[in-house]
Amino acid sequence: MFTSSIGKKYLMALSGLVLIGFVFVHMAGNLQILMGQEKINAYAHALQSLPLPILWGSRLFLLAAVIIHAITAYQLVKENRRARPNQNYIETTKRAGLASLRMGLTGSILLAFIVFHLLHFTIRTIYPEYSEMMTVVGSPDSNEIHDVYSMVLAGFQHTWISVFYIVAMFLLCGHLAHGVSSAFQSLGFRSENWRGKLELTAKAYAWLIFTGFSIVPLLVLAQNWGIITIFDITASTETLASN
Amino acid sequence: MKLFLKVWRQDDRNDEGRFETHTLDNVSEDSSFLEMMDQLNEQLLEEGTEPVVFDHDCREGICGMCSLTINGLPHGTENSTTTCQLHMRKFEDGDTVTIEPFRAKAFPVVKDLVVDRSAFDSITQAGGFITVRTGSAPDGNALPVPKDDSDKAMDAAACIGCGACVASCKNASAMLFTSAKAGHLNMLPQGQAEKDKRVLAMVSAMDEAGFGNCRNYGECSAACPKDISLDYIAKLNRDHAKAKIKSIFA
Repeated sequence: MFTSSIGKKYLMALSGLVLIGFVFVHMAGNLQILMGQEKINAYAHALQSLPLPILWGSRLFLLAAVIIHAITAYQLVKENRRARPNQNYIETTKRAGLASLRMGLTGSILLAFIVFHLLHFTIRTIYPEYSEMMTVVGSPDSNEIHDVYSMVLAGFQHTWISVFYIVAMFLLCGHLAHGVSSAFQSLGFRSENWRGKLELTAKAYAWLIFTGFSIVPLLVLAQNWGIITIFDITASTETLASN
Repeated sequence: MKLFLKVWRQDDRNDEGRFETHTLDNVSEDSSFLEMMDQLNEQLLEEGTEPVVFDHDCREGICGMCSLTINGLPHGTENSTTTCQLHMRKFEDGDTVTIEPFRAKAFPVVKDLVVDRSAFDSITQAGGFITVRTGSAPDGNALPVPKDDSDKAMDAAACIGCGACVASCKNASAMLFTSAKAGHLNMLPQGQAEKDKRVLAMVSAMDEAGFGNCRNYGECSAACPKDISLDYIAKLNRDHAKAKIKSIFA
């Protein structure tokens, strides 16, 4: 099923669609930080307290999607280079957009970003002190829970990290602008009547995801520069001091 | 008009190849690109050098024989045009024109600008036909075909197999060609019996010939002299999935 050239494209499209759906849910979850410490902490705690099979089932499912997407992309690129060996010749492009031409570049940087992001906020090896940020704010009972609100604010205190996140989301925007409609083409669900609408939807979706994700580091940066006051920095001052 | 030509010269398959520069005077605006090439060759013969080898046949845009990558684009910058139908009035006096063969691993250069496109024949031989004796042409409407279907099948059948889709693709993918040839038959009642078998055989022949993978750039359709739509690629993807799933449960 997945060994032929078209079969590999099915794999790319199916794993891509899983990740396309995931980024929306992740973005919607993130935006709760704008609704305050209690809301985001409670949401994060609810996710972490999901029954183990569901929590790890979803994590492994997403991980599998990323791995399949990356390995298949590597195989496809290898075959494509073999099919058109690099020679000394003129290359002109008539229709293909920049987003479609640079899927490999944006994808590779995004893979590096995903690894960094997991080490930063999920496994927390980059700043191990994030693991000690506990609070009762947002807790369903009086037990202390992980203070995601303060961790995110602390995480974006470093300008370079915020900038890296925003740049990565811009690359994700480019990746989605081609990927979302391309996935439908690879699975055969696209026709001339639908092409324009799908391409427009893909671009709108890509910009929505970019805006939704990058607004958090952008607002933290703006607050640090004294332009706005949205976040309750006092909540995380203790950790900020130790940072 | 006066043109500066950068022409690809290659002795045979194993030669590395190189660009050669020529200046051509008095090119008529009314001549076709291939007539300009004829003029270049006459000049080369007069100079006592070997003429440039290039493919051509009908010179009316229907045979699919002419190739040439002109300024980096198969059949040149014009839309819906074969090289033979490209006219010199589309160029400016004093232009530098780069002329190369179609570039793809599956289309090895035979000499100069001529490439071997028999990889396309192997795809067609794998399933681009209907295995029945058709006899003489049947009466019109003896086999009813809805107008929409016959129009779409005809649009796919318009493919002249020139290979511009492969040459324009960054990955040298033959998906547009294969999807047009398979799609043409898959849309007609005569093609239904062997539809699944055809799709699987043609796709595997395409993979074996060493073409790259489709990345949905759309360059192929933009370069196609017959404007074959990307819809046929979507259809091939769809038909291939159906055939594969059926083969699993067969």
